[in-house]
Amino acid sequence: MEPTNVKDPEYFHKVVDCQYACPAHTPVPEYIRLIAQEKYAEAYMVNWESNVFPGILGRTCDRPCEPACRRGRLEDEEPVAICRLKRVAADNKGDIEHLLPKKQEKMNGKKVALIGAGPSSLTVARDLAVLGYEIHLFDEQEKGGGMMRSQIPSFRLPAEVLDGEVSQILNIGVHTHFNTYVKSLKEVIDQKYDAIFVGTGAPKGRNLELPGRLEGAANIHIGIEWLASVAFEHTTKIGEKVIVLGGGNTAMDCCRTSRRLGGKDVKVIVRSPFAEMKASPWEKEDAIHEDIPIIDNHVPKSFVTQNGKLIGMNFEKVHAVYDANGKRSLEPTGEAEVFFEADDVLIAVGQENSFPWIERDLGIEFDKWEMPVVNQTTFQSAVPNIFFGGDASLGPKNVITAVAQGHQAAISIDLFCNGKAVTERPAPFTNLYSTKMGIHEWAYDSEVSNDDRYVVPQADKAVVLKDRKKEVELGFNLPTGFKEAQRCLNCDVQTVFTESKCIECDACMDICPTNCITFTTNGEEEDLRSRLFVPAENHSQALMVSDILPTGKVMVKDEDVCLHCGLCAERCPTSAWDMQQFLYNTSKAGSCH
Amino acid sequence: MTYIKSKFAHPNLPKNKLGYTRKEYEGSLTTLCAGCGHDSIGAAIVEACWEMSIEPHKVAKLSGIGCSSKTPAYFLNNSHGFNSVHGRMPSVATGANLANKDLIYLGVSGDGDSASIGMGQFVHVIRRNLNMTYIVMNNGCYGLTKGQDSATADAGSKSKAGSVNMFEGIDLCGLAIELGATFVAQSFSGDKHQLVPLIQAAISHPGFALINVLSPCVTFNNNVGSTKSYDYVREHVEATGTLDYVPPMTEITTTYTDDETKMVEMHDGSWLRLHKLSQTWNPDDKISAINALQHSHVKNEILTGLLYMNNESKELHSLLNTTDVPLNKLNESVLCPGVEILEKINSEFR
Repeated sequence: MEPTNVKDPEYFHKVVDCQYACPAHTPVPEYIRLIAQEKYAEAYMVNWESNVFPGILGRTCDRPCEPACRRGRLEDEEPVAICRLKRVAADNKGDIEHLLPKKQEKMNGKKVALIGAGPSSLTVARDLAVLGYEIHLFDEQEKGGGMMRSQIPSFRLPAEVLDGEVSQILNIGVHTHFNTYVKSLKEVIDQKYDAIFVGTGAPKGRNLELPGRLEGAANIHIGIEWLASVAFEHTTKIGEKVIVLGGGNTAMDCCRTSRRLGGKDVKVIVRSPFAEMKASPWEKEDAIHEDIPIIDNHVPKSFVTQNGKLIGMNFEKVHAVYDANGKRSLEPTGEAEVFFEADDVLIAVGQENSFPWIERDLGIEFDKWEMPVVNQTTFQSAVPNIFFGGDASLGPKNVITAVAQGHQAAISIDLFCNGKAVTERPAPFTNLYSTKMGIHEWAYDSEVSNDDRYVVPQADKAVVLKDRKKEVELGFNLPTGFKEAQRCLNCDVQTVFTESKCIECDACMDICPTNCITFTTNGEEEDLRSRLFVPAENHSQALMVSDILPTGKVMVKDEDVCLHCGLCAERCPTSAWDMQQFLYNTSKAGSCH
Repeated sequence: MTYIKSKFAHPNLPKNKLGYTRKEYEGSLTTLCAGCGHDSIGAAIVEACWEMSIEPHKVAKLSGIGCSSKTPAYFLNNSHGFNSVHGRMPSVATGANLANKDLIYLGVSGDGDSASIGMGQFVHVIRRNLNMTYIVMNNGCYGLTKGQDSATADAGSKSKAGSVNMFEGIDLCGLAIELGATFVAQSFSGDKHQLVPLIQAAISHPGFALINVLSPCVTFNNNVGSTKSYDYVREHVEATGTLDYVPPMTEITTTYTDDETKMVEMHDGSWLRLHKLSQTWNPDDKISAINALQHSHVKNEILTGLLYMNNESKELHSLLNTTDVPLNKLNESVLCPGVEILEKINSEFR
């Protein structure tokens, strides 16, 4: 193999698994260390700059970082509770008013309209407002937040937290136009904005057209619409027997909300097997904890009504069959249909984009699924000054993805408004510096904690089920937060190898607790992988290969289960190994001029 | 201050026939200097024992005093160990071996412990052909007392402070062959590829097996002008040949027709695959081994690999014709058979 080019920031970026997996590339180990140092405000600001909504995401994020966490690849280990540590930073940040940007005094003369006030639009608003753009934010709701307000129930995300983080952005001098439904994009275009950003989400809940749908309509609700109606207090109760259809996070929010509005016998009924449900495992656990059974492998067939009123639903039992390519199909078991009683049914089987307000003759291209054609890097549409982001751009995903897309769209808008090519993306900001302080002394806690993952405490079930606004999760207290933070392996403290200093004494290879390092003769990647001290079978993890050493061998390090404990560097007599802290920040709007 | 080795291991660590990973053969975290050759030798011992699927409790590690003699703390933590008096490890090993011949005896010593204070013990344990593996971690200096020249430092070798050693160094391998050692090898801590099979062959060998391992002292003897530095050894090393250890019960399918390669069956059923690099050297010919050593001295080369092996070796127990059952397993009635038997024995001497 060719020597690994560690000068390419993407190499070390990929070693920081959590940060790499995060759509917004938040420097996770960096803020976890700050939490351990009791620097909560600083930890919050690292998050705020990167993901805009630390308090919100610390409670509701889909956490793509956690399945990626290196700790999860160790034997009998679970990932670091990254998401809930973020909440520790948010809960304990104290007064950060002085750290937040203020309304710009000098504007740059450019006007940008943002349609929809959800996470992606708010991200664009923040990134551009600080640069002096005049931001106009439009939303049909009475407050900002979008789906974070209408779809995420208060028992998961208290209104104060949401309001607080939305205001932090609006206070930078954003002109808000709430209670304003934009019914025509053409009208917005006519206002002569320099750029328009569409962040209207995926507002349409999918319906299920089954027999009995019309007769039972009064007691059959679309999940996200029903959640919004609860959030805005138009709906305050539900029947005692509730069926929730669907297996995603919306279904989990629907069933748990039902339990708080009077639902006593609430069940989730889903087509797929339990393990393949789209909902996050922890959300399923929380639902089950609230006495909500999840009945899998049941396909809804019909709504059953009596005297024009819904009394329940019929289901067909199926089982999953997989073809040679692993593609799943659900085949009926042949058993008789089963009937479940219900006073109300909530349909949470997915949501869709909907753009009835965008005229089709404006030059914006739509594909065969009626989705706007948007560049996946620049988020620019076929009309150069109109950009899309969040669920409105590439379909329904999650808050953190919307934020990441918002940042990219903001960069594009800034480039566009400065007459630069939107395809010329600014490089990330990176830094790499030694953490060596002395013998056996590093600027980070190199000792690897043996603790198991800590469980986030929850409020008493009897209490939370009585009040839909009472937050269920209590968050880590500070001592537990510290211990959980210490579980982080500091993957951003990189093992940097300098061939010219190596005397090939094997000390690093002998000491490495997880046998990551091998000195051997060079070869092609597959061959090398098979010849390592422990063969490197996880192909998603890179090999770091040195140049040829004096004996003709190369140093090969398998990044897979490196603990970043620094023992290789401690045992290296010549400092050929060094532990160097790597910082990678994706660029934000404004970094290109 | 950290310096703590994590309990976490690679989840795919291979297991040996006993179901153990290398972790079960490791020791405490070393306190030797970073980059010390001794640690590499320790790692080679771990590798050798793991690969041979030796039950850790069947090994006794014995050592004297010195940096080298500290190392048994850093490998085979599940084995027996005895850290003895300076230079007196061979006596303790002899006593232990006579009491329980069922254990594998692994002696670890240094150039000071063997070639100076312990020289008297060293030569006699060789003469007696005690069944043990005796590894000398040889760095040519007294590292524990700040690097004075030891008795194995070569004449002309320069110390870190710049003084040149005027005395001839003792060649432990030449001496051992001279004294009738039945297995003599020399190796380099920086070459595990060679060292691991040598340790395995030494453990399999019935009788005294010496491996003199050049093990650079990074702190006091790794300077330019030293003949025991990493660089010097790498530049001057020459191998007699290569040796592969083939564990017992392995089916030998290849036959070698060339003169250079041969399979040697060991007492425990394992095999050594010897591949000669030198035409004039023969591992079972003492004279050729001494010649090869002397020639390499003249050429300023460091000869490594297996130097000499007598596969007909008779170790101490068979020389003394002791009981098959180890002495420590015999009960009192067998060990003290009574007055009548004693009388009978005594009468034989009258």
